[in-house]
Amino acid sequence: MSVQPIYVGADVGASRTKVAVLDAAKTLIGYAVQKSGTDFTATADDCLQQSLAMAGAGQGDIVNAISTGYGRKNVTYARDTRTEIGCHAGGCYHYFPTAITIIDIGGQDNKVIKLDEAGRRTSFKMNRKCAAGTGAFLEEMSARLDIPLERMNDLAARSTDMVKLGSFCTVFSATEVLENIRHGKKIEDIVKGVFFSVIRRVLEMDAMSENVVMTGGVVAHNLHLVRMMEDLIARPIWVPEKPQLTGAIGAAIYAMDNQPE
Amino acid sequence: MPEEKKTVRKKIAAAADLNNFMRDYYLDLDAAAQKGSPKIAWCTSVGPAEILRAFGFKVYFPETHSAMLGATRMATDFIPVANAMGYSPEICSYLTADIGAFLKGVTPLEKAFNIKSIPKPDVLVFNTNQCRDVQDWFNWYGEKFNAPVVGVHTYRGVSQVTDKHIYSIAKQLEALIPPLEKIAGKKFELNDLKRTVALSRECSELWKKILDTAAAKPAPITFFDGTTLMGPAVVGRGTQQAIDVYKILLAELQERIKNGEGAVENEKFRIYWDGMPVWGRLSAHSQLFSALKANVLASTYCNSWIFSALDPEDPFNSMARAYTELFIVRADEAKETYIKNMLKFFKVDGVIYHDAKTCPNNSNCRYGMPQRLEKQTGIPSLTLNGDLNDLRMISDEQTKTNVEAFIEQLQDNRH
Repeated sequence: MSVQPIYVGADVGASRTKVAVLDAAKTLIGYAVQKSGTDFTATADDCLQQSLAMAGAGQGDIVNAISTGYGRKNVTYARDTRTEIGCHAGGCYHYFPTAITIIDIGGQDNKVIKLDEAGRRTSFKMNRKCAAGTGAFLEEMSARLDIPLERMNDLAARSTDMVKLGSFCTVFSATEVLENIRHGKKIEDIVKGVFFSVIRRVLEMDAMSENVVMTGGVVAHNLHLVRMMEDLIARPIWVPEKPQLTGAIGAAIYAMDNQPE
Repeated sequence: MPEEKKTVRKKIAAAADLNNFMRDYYLDLDAAAQKGSPKIAWCTSVGPAEILRAFGFKVYFPETHSAMLGATRMATDFIPVANAMGYSPEICSYLTADIGAFLKGVTPLEKAFNIKSIPKPDVLVFNTNQCRDVQDWFNWYGEKFNAPVVGVHTYRGVSQVTDKHIYSIAKQLEALIPPLEKIAGKKFELNDLKRTVALSRECSELWKKILDTAAAKPAPITFFDGTTLMGPAVVGRGTQQAIDVYKILLAELQERIKNGEGAVENEKFRIYWDGMPVWGRLSAHSQLFSALKANVLASTYCNSWIFSALDPEDPFNSMARAYTELFIVRADEAKETYIKNMLKFFKVDGVIYHDAKTCPNNSNCRYGMPQRLEKQTGIPSLTLNGDLNDLRMISDEQTKTNVEAFIEQLQDNRH
């Protein structure tokens, strides 16, 4: 067991719990992702143990731990909390230290966060109380189409004639999907239409600056969304190596930068 | 486990006097309703209450009643009743909550003051300066009670208030006199109107002084206090009792300033609120902000019951001006100038815009105003999606995350 100082970030999201362990050089040395389930505290504990095992570290090596996400108040080992907005910003700026617009597509909410060159947050927006454009929308559509969530990315990538869905509302979109099935449209074209709908909802939230970063679990598992977004905004989009962990990494960086006295 | 942060919010002692004022006001109304005398006029909250009081009517304000439905978290139970009879969930949730509660025979006045029902109107008088919904609302009750409905149709989106606006509105106010004389059964006396306008002006001046105390650092009052302390400015203007109770409140706030006592312990951030309050979340929002050492200390909303133009020597014209100069009546250009002045006067660090789902007229963030004002002032803003009364439109968790992230942003950018 090592005695290196480590910093922990726990991001307890509405859908998944992510824990990241950083060493003193801000290198990701351990992480875990699990369904948040109904017992946030137990899930966050499990994720910590897995992350520590991966890092080859023990609980005694933790110098500081910060939690974030909807379940941030349920993490027993966190000394303090910080919002997911702040943590995603910190995590993304760590990988891309310049003025950026961050698009985070999570299980139940989307965020568009703007940072200046110094990493200061200039604005942020969260989606309204509506599932449109979030991971929940994709989950609903995968159920309607009766295809596993993890197959959607490959299907969308195969599309040659995307179906356009016009509605803002998840339920109305589902009706449109059924209508397209009835008209014999190909599943891959419908799935791409569903992806396009997600992108459009996000682009409606705020204007994009020059450099755009995409993060979040939905992005991590559906990289075709990024390709589609690049086509739409006509410039490359940066994606961190582990996009689902950005919030947890941001929390760990905050833990390092704000150590207890 | 990270601890929930709590901050002490200092209670205002005079709130008890204001509660007594509100109790007496409603008991007085109820007594008149039971007895059938004096006659009862319903009035919109920024309607011509001074004229009604000059005639000796007891004046009832349905908006205040509906705000009570909201504050007691009863509104969301009754809004669907009105929805089911054809009133869209997208329209004013004051209207839908109030009509729904009436149809169910429920009023928050019962629990608060043991009053069984709202007072039956002899006349309903509206001013559309806030929205058209008030007119629809009053017309519904007019039909229900077989009572006459009269009103003033205002201008909207007024950039500069001109003599033409004043002339038109003053004429409409004067035109209310003959029907009101008939209903009241007495002749109009100009001196009575002058007297009520003078009382209303004095109440307004005191209310302004009360709200202006928040310019002190730390601020001795919060917006959330203001939303309940404003009762007399709404329902009591034109009466001596409102003036008396506000003198007590003002003295207490001035004493707080003298002693350097803030409403929020260790105030670090000064926030401006634009738009309606979320009535069912007043306490939760107050706690949320104060735990972050942020004081939401000033608002467009509470300041909307300041009527500095009122002049007893020229009652009709000055009422026309006072009720047209209002923020809600104005064009965005005038609104932006108003907010900029407020941000400067109250030394504000950040602005919250409440985008109330059912109140487009008092949701000022829908046409790019936050972006324009941020650019001009450099003061950051946050838009919260919610509603005044309909809690179905609210996500508490989203609100919390948004507010915490906003205060984090203010904190980070101070370094």
